[in-house]
Amino acid sequence: MEFNNPQEGLDQFRSRITIAGGFVLLCFTLLFGRFVWLQVIKHDYYQTRAEENRISLVPITPNRGLITDRNGVVLARNYSAYTLEITPTQVADIEATIDGLAEFIDISAKDRKRFKKLMDETKRLESLPIRTRLTDQEVAKFIARRFRFPGVDIKARLFRQYPRGAFASHILGYIGRVTERDQGRIEEKEAEANYRGTDHFGKTGLEQRYEFDLHGITGFEQVEVDAGGHPVRTLARTAPIPGNNLTLSIDAKLQEIAEQAFGERRGAMVAIEPATGGILAMVSVPNYDPNQFVDGITTADWEVLNTSADKPMVNRALNGAYPPGSTFKPFMALGALTLGKRTPTQAISDPGFYNFGGHHFRDDKKGGHGSVDMYKSIVVSCDTYYYMLANDMGIDNISSFMGQLGFGSRTGIDIEGESEGVLPSQAWKKKRFRKPEQQKWYAGETISIGIGQGYNAYTPIQLAQATATLANNGVMFRPHLVKYITNAKTGEKTPIEPQPLKTLALKQEHIDFIKNAMVGVNKEGTGARAFKDAGYVAGGKTGTAQVFSYKGAEHKTERMAAHLRDHGLFIAFAPADKPTIALAILVENGGFGAQAAAPIARQVLDYYLLGKLPKGAAPTDEAAKEADEDINDVSDNSNVKDVKKGPGE
Amino acid sequence: MIRNLWLKLIAPIDGPLMGFTALLLLVALFTMASASPERMSTQLVNLGVALVVMRVVAQIPPQRLMRLALPTYLIGILLLVAVALFGDISKGARRWLNLGFMRIQPSELMKIAMPLMLAWYFQKHEAMLRLRDYAVATLLLLLPVALIVKQPDLGTSVLVLAAGFFVIFLAGLPWKIILGLIAAAAGSAPFAWNLLHDYQRQRILTLLDPEKDPLGKGFHIIQSTIAIGSGGMLGKGWGQGTQAQLEFIPERHTDFIFAVYSEEMGLLGNFVLLVLYALLIGRGIMISANAATLFTRLLAGAITLIFFTYAFVNMGMVSGILPVVGVPLPFISYGGTALVTLCLGIGILMSISKNRMLVQK
Repeated sequence: MEFNNPQEGLDQFRSRITIAGGFVLLCFTLLFGRFVWLQVIKHDYYQTRAEENRISLVPITPNRGLITDRNGVVLARNYSAYTLEITPTQVADIEATIDGLAEFIDISAKDRKRFKKLMDETKRLESLPIRTRLTDQEVAKFIARRFRFPGVDIKARLFRQYPRGAFASHILGYIGRVTERDQGRIEEKEAEANYRGTDHFGKTGLEQRYEFDLHGITGFEQVEVDAGGHPVRTLARTAPIPGNNLTLSIDAKLQEIAEQAFGERRGAMVAIEPATGGILAMVSVPNYDPNQFVDGITTADWEVLNTSADKPMVNRALNGAYPPGSTFKPFMALGALTLGKRTPTQAISDPGFYNFGGHHFRDDKKGGHGSVDMYKSIVVSCDTYYYMLANDMGIDNISSFMGQLGFGSRTGIDIEGESEGVLPSQAWKKKRFRKPEQQKWYAGETISIGIGQGYNAYTPIQLAQATATLANNGVMFRPHLVKYITNAKTGEKTPIEPQPLKTLALKQEHIDFIKNAMVGVNKEGTGARAFKDAGYVAGGKTGTAQVFSYKGAEHKTERMAAHLRDHGLFIAFAPADKPTIALAILVENGGFGAQAAAPIARQVLDYYLLGKLPKGAAPTDEAAKEADEDINDVSDNSNVKDVKKGPGE
Repeated sequence: MIRNLWLKLIAPIDGPLMGFTALLLLVALFTMASASPERMSTQLVNLGVALVVMRVVAQIPPQRLMRLALPTYLIGILLLVAVALFGDISKGARRWLNLGFMRIQPSELMKIAMPLMLAWYFQKHEAMLRLRDYAVATLLLLLPVALIVKQPDLGTSVLVLAAGFFVIFLAGLPWKIILGLIAAAAGSAPFAWNLLHDYQRQRILTLLDPEKDPLGKGFHIIQSTIAIGSGGMLGKGWGQGTQAQLEFIPERHTDFIFAVYSEEMGLLGNFVLLVLYALLIGRGIMISANAATLFTRLLAGAITLIFFTYAFVNMGMVSGILPVVGVPLPFISYGGTALVTLCLGIGILMSISKNRMLVQK
């Protein structure tokens, strides 16, 4: 308790208010200190943060490089189209939004499914297409109603297009949306920055192998954005550099003739320029339409492709491994000459079978071919000759000689995922099997190796490469599809130099002998019917590879189920004196090579050497030209920006 | 004639106080023109109303104000109770009372009614202030504060609490009790923590580490500190603040207007603003120190310190050293109610200032 007199009260008040005033000054000093901290000491830090807030780098995706054949026929290009895109993070109810859009824009169940799939796959906060290739009317309709659809926009995007559909699809491959696996490859290449804004990536074929050449260099736009992320103005722009163009060694017309020659049949063909390794045509049928993959293939479509018994997604030329059958014989003969196991004139007597260890290895011809020397053995394709030869050479000799020709190892073609095939040898068998009794090589197993059966399994490209090497007198090239890469900016062409892999230690006279025997095949042997009146001299060899063997019984081709029938094969080179083309053809379950495969070779060689078209084929490249005119080409690599103001606005 | 009218008009006006207020209002208009030019005209109307209120109040003699103290306080309490029972809910808080023709926020009234009431109470018991009186004053203070906290409105309750506390402190609350209270407050902090609403706790946590929640609660503080920091020594220039103009600063015309000002005017601008507030407060302290009665002294002192509280809490929260509570920057933030309340306070200070001179004469 205290009494106050007025003066005491005033003094006390004044002391109290002075203390309060001091407190005020203290607090203000504290604030000022805070301002100095923020605005002077940490100014640079906050300045940077403010700039990061304000400036957004918007990537400008470069145009993907074009792919053309050796004559400039466009096989893969880009076109610009309007897409309707939804940014999921900016839309509260996606279903309702799509329903709203569907009122005036045609959105199919397929579109919805694809969009769902994209949403599941994509983690980035980007806009995803619900509909592609909008018509002008649809664009106008949307723009009139845009205010109802925040988070939905129309964009002009470049799309990859394969103008000729399924044509050469196994060469070109396709692109699809970037997946986690692709992201891994991008990171491996340390190309993350360059792939900002890119949502497609090469998945197979050349699109995959040359992804980083085709992609180009992403440009950037420095855009000032507000807190909502809306662009306010452009501050600076770095133009993108389009991807490099690929020019292939492929001749599109040749490819077309070859593909058509197969008709409905399954199979593969590889045609190589022997002097360079450049691939002139590479067929794997059935094909698939790579355009399906660009917008994101639907699960249903993928199921169809993937489960089809015809396996259209398999590139048979590189990933199919087949017994070469009798096409193996010329190489066997070459091996025999080189190793001194046979002379050309040495003849055997063929009773129609070869007896080994109490087992009869049958010849094609009942009763045999009689006296057979090496020339005849190739021309008439005498099995007995090669049963004996294989036994005389031994598995390891065969294996090492064939290995030199490239059998059983990857050719190094510029497409990823090539198969090795099987080059049988003692070492191979030991590695292949686990049980000791299976690991042992039996001499009896060598016999059928001699006629290209048994464990033999090679890819068509290996067979084509071996044929080309023979045609090129033992100088082996790495097969390649791309002839040169053109820098889209400078126009500078970088040729893919022919790479001689090695020169085999072969005697020219031996090579000439084998070549001559192969010419004989087409003149007077198994290929004579197919090459009647050819107008050029071509060496060849037919082959019929057994898929299934009925033990002991006569096998009646006609009665067998289609997929158990023999594969028909044919290898060839022409013109014989100075070959400019060498090829290998395989027709799956096609039956006799002379009937199934040799006629295809005839059509291909007729066109390539004489410019002669098969009956019923289009006389020029008009089909291709028509496809070209279909859609406005944007191969001028003009850059497409987002179209905020579309037509009608 | 006109001159006479003018003299009559400015007669109750305190020159220095008017001058500092006017300078602050100029800063306000200048900043508003950059932060939110579309609100300029509304704010000019608000300002007109506020100045009229100031001029009217400045003419009311303190004795009359004293008579108003108890009724104002009681009405205020009644209205707060009414809000608690029938108030309108907006943004999760029950702060507004709909009177049919207008919506009012009774807690705003309490900012002035509170010091008025307590100053009146101490004046009544001036002759012999006992501990009991401080206790009663504290109860008078805590009742409305509790009602406002319940709404919930942390910003206003802090201001009302501060206003009342200033009166009690200036009335001579013994130091040992003050120290005891501080100790008790520190001890009871954990319990107080439990009484806070989730969002209020969140604000305090956010203050401690805003980067933890950069997209949510921390966004305000992060963006305003970036704005201030990037302003640097001299600022980015009027209308040039990227944080402000590109809308990175939330509520940039109200509670966070200081970030806009600071980004564009820099440390120099901040210094000028602090000096203006300091001068205004200094003038208020002078008026209170020379006031004639305990009532006027306490009232003037408390009002002056409320100005300080507004300024300090606002700048502190925008610059990230105090939690985010809804306290506007005095005289500068957009909004009519706060401006009228502040000018009412200035008017009272002017009235007290003039009446001191009358008494001395």
